[in-house]
Amino acid sequence: MIHVKSLFGILFAAVIVLSIAAPAAMAESTVPLPSPAKAFKGKQCVEPADVMRREHMNFLKHQRDETVREGIRGNKYSLQQCIDCHATADPKIQNGEVRTLQPFCGACHTYAAVNIDCFACHNPTAPLETSGASKNIEFDKMIAAHLGQGNPDQTSKNAGGAQ
Amino acid sequence: MTFDAAKRHLLTGAAAVVGMAIAPGVTLIAPAQARKAGEPASDKVRWGLLIDANKCDAGCDDCVVACRTENGWQGHDRPTTDPQWIRKVNLKDNKTGATVSLPVMCQHCENPPCVDVCPTGASMRRADGIVLVDKHICIGCRYCMMACPYKARSFVHEDTTGQKPYMPRGKGTVESCTLCAHRIDIGGTPACVEACGAKAGKEAMMFGDLNDPDSDISKELSKRASTRLRADLGLEPGVHYRGL
Amino acid sequence: MKPILFTQVEGNSTAYWSLLGWLAAFAAAGLGATWYMEHNGHWVTGMSNQVVWGTPHVFAVFLIVAASGALNVASISSVFGRAMYKPLARLSALLALALLAGGLMVLVLDLGRPDRLIVAMTKYNFKSIFAWNIYLYTGFFVVVGVYMWMMLERRMNRYTRIAGTIAFIWRLALTTGTGSIFGFLVARQAYDAAIMAPMFIIMSFSFGLAIFLLVLMVTYNASERPLGDSTIKMLKNLLGVFVAAVLYFVTVQHLTNLYATEHHGIEAFILRDGGIYTALFWIGQILIGGLVPLALLYHPSTGKDRSMIALAAGMVIVGGLAQVYVIIIGGQAFPLSIFPGYEVSSSFYDGVVASYRPSLPEVVLGLGGIATALLIVTVALRALPFLPASLADIDVDPHYVAPPEPVVIAEEAGEEA
Repeated sequence: MIHVKSLFGILFAAVIVLSIAAPAAMAESTVPLPSPAKAFKGKQCVEPADVMRREHMNFLKHQRDETVREGIRGNKYSLQQCIDCHATADPKIQNGEVRTLQPFCGACHTYAAVNIDCFACHNPTAPLETSGASKNIEFDKMIAAHLGQGNPDQTSKNAGGAQ
Repeated sequence: MTFDAAKRHLLTGAAAVVGMAIAPGVTLIAPAQARKAGEPASDKVRWGLLIDANKCDAGCDDCVVACRTENGWQGHDRPTTDPQWIRKVNLKDNKTGATVSLPVMCQHCENPPCVDVCPTGASMRRADGIVLVDKHICIGCRYCMMACPYKARSFVHEDTTGQKPYMPRGKGTVESCTLCAHRIDIGGTPACVEACGAKAGKEAMMFGDLNDPDSDISKELSKRASTRLRADLGLEPGVHYRGL
Repeated sequence: MKPILFTQVEGNSTAYWSLLGWLAAFAAAGLGATWYMEHNGHWVTGMSNQVVWGTPHVFAVFLIVAASGALNVASISSVFGRAMYKPLARLSALLALALLAGGLMVLVLDLGRPDRLIVAMTKYNFKSIFAWNIYLYTGFFVVVGVYMWMMLERRMNRYTRIAGTIAFIWRLALTTGTGSIFGFLVARQAYDAAIMAPMFIIMSFSFGLAIFLLVLMVTYNASERPLGDSTIKMLKNLLGVFVAAVLYFVTVQHLTNLYATEHHGIEAFILRDGGIYTALFWIGQILIGGLVPLALLYHPSTGKDRSMIALAAGMVIVGGLAQVYVIIIGGQAFPLSIFPGYEVSSSFYDGVVASYRPSLPEVVLGLGGIATALLIVTVALRALPFLPASLADIDVDPHYVAPPEPVVIAEEAGEEA
């Protein structure tokens, strides 16, 4: 029979060894840092990049409740807006015929190995030709009119460059 | 795509819509004022439908096709598991043989049993009366489907792609008619109502604010008696029927 | 009564390890079936938009109901003070936990989004009985776990009574909650009845005790421990009472429904016109699950025969599964009554009896849950002293009377008596 005491001893020793060895092993990582794709349009995001990097998940989580549960449209953190700016074309995805969020969101999330649930339901693609998030030009115009942005083909005030 | 020529009258920049022409001589007062950006839905309004089954043809399913196109719930040739947000139901009186046809969708009840039974609160009633599934927290238990007396809800039984950007939907969650909340919120009407109204002589479906005594739907409802499905259950549905 | 010695099961034999292997294999197969259903989506199962809860739910509800019933034996000893049930209490608590774990596993793994279990455990709509059930089920683990500890730890034995009482009340609430899942549904003709909750309670008594009795007999046989006739007799008599009580509740439910013209449709469906559901009701639930076990348990000759008693317990389990199948699936197959007085047809199966066939992944998932429950029991019996070393009458029966020595009468050849 294995004695419990010696089992604990082995586990304890393993923990000590690993916690000393691990940082050393990690010092030289061969995995390149992620480089998310530059946004399709705009100079600057609705928040500064470092704020977005840390807080985007909280903005999205709060925003989704405002949209679905309270029926608030056209907010600062509207997901349609995110897709509109950040979806880019990638030759590996459908021959570059659509813009998707994969080159942007996917880059960092793959690096950090954080699974995101959004795109099981939300379509992450946007058409190439128009800058509208939906494939429906009339609908985009309605949304833009509703948001008080005028013609959505012009760069809107709060859209901007990504990095 | 889903917006016919008449809708472009709406798109000349004004967010509030007063009236629109859909055919020569026929004008529908648009029932909804688009909400301003950042404004939540309010319980001052209660959206509802009035469906006149007398005007509904047994062979017509324009409302179903319109909903499917608008919201992107396509079938996979698997009728038992394919979603159906709205369907045409054909009735025949057991004794007299009289027939009637009508569309059935989520009845947007005031006391929805689906909302009562949802363990996470994903099944919810928005302040303006629209019953929705918050798919962010739906765990796919299907209890709401057991609870709905109208079989309004569908479960997404397979991977989904090509969703409309204004209508996200995904595998493993439950979905149903949203009364085209995405249209209503910017001043439009549900796709089914619009499709039914688009054909001359139809207009079996009417949409509007049940709380506003001056709305078209309220005036119609006060003119002649209408009924609601399973009214005995006390759920106070927002969908009214005539001709039943 | 002599103090009882509890011992661990040796668990060194080939038989033990091969049992463990088989149970683990079935449990793993259940997980595999889950992956298949979740990855492809539920269209690969027999469940549909008409019958939304299928075979996994039948197994899950059965296991959950049986779990609370399995605790009965322990409750009878701790709460009602019956001495002869005391040696059985530890196994009873263990079985309750194991069956609940198996049932919950099946229930959770069948969710459309099982990855959102954390959401289910952090966001609650307290008008939903499901939300209450989440607390009742997880709380059951805590309450019965503490109760088990009180029984296993000698120094805590004096708290067994209070812990057992709390566990008893908790499991009544839990089973009421499970029955109310159906009882609270206004939409369907087969549900929406206050009787569902107490009927589930009495079903739990019957199924739980049947499983307990079978597990007891099998483990004592396999570990070659003596199991006396008094214990068996006591349990089988009690099982008979519970089986009869279930029949009573079912009778009341259907008689009441038959009185109301509104319910004649669903009654005709279940009792006469429902095809498979009618067969499962009469043959599965009433005959195999009720009348035949009653006869076997109480008939003077079969009632003393252990293999007949085991057979009766097995039949109660089979009948119980049939009963849950008729309730859950039969209740969904019958069409909703949206337009009373009309013949209804549509593209969404309105007005027609829905068809449902259990698919392989569903059945495998259900069996995986049973295997998990038995796996927990098998491992636990080896790890901790749950089983009395002996349940022979001489050791546990306070009214034990040694049988008289046989009297030998000598006869002289040829003489008349």
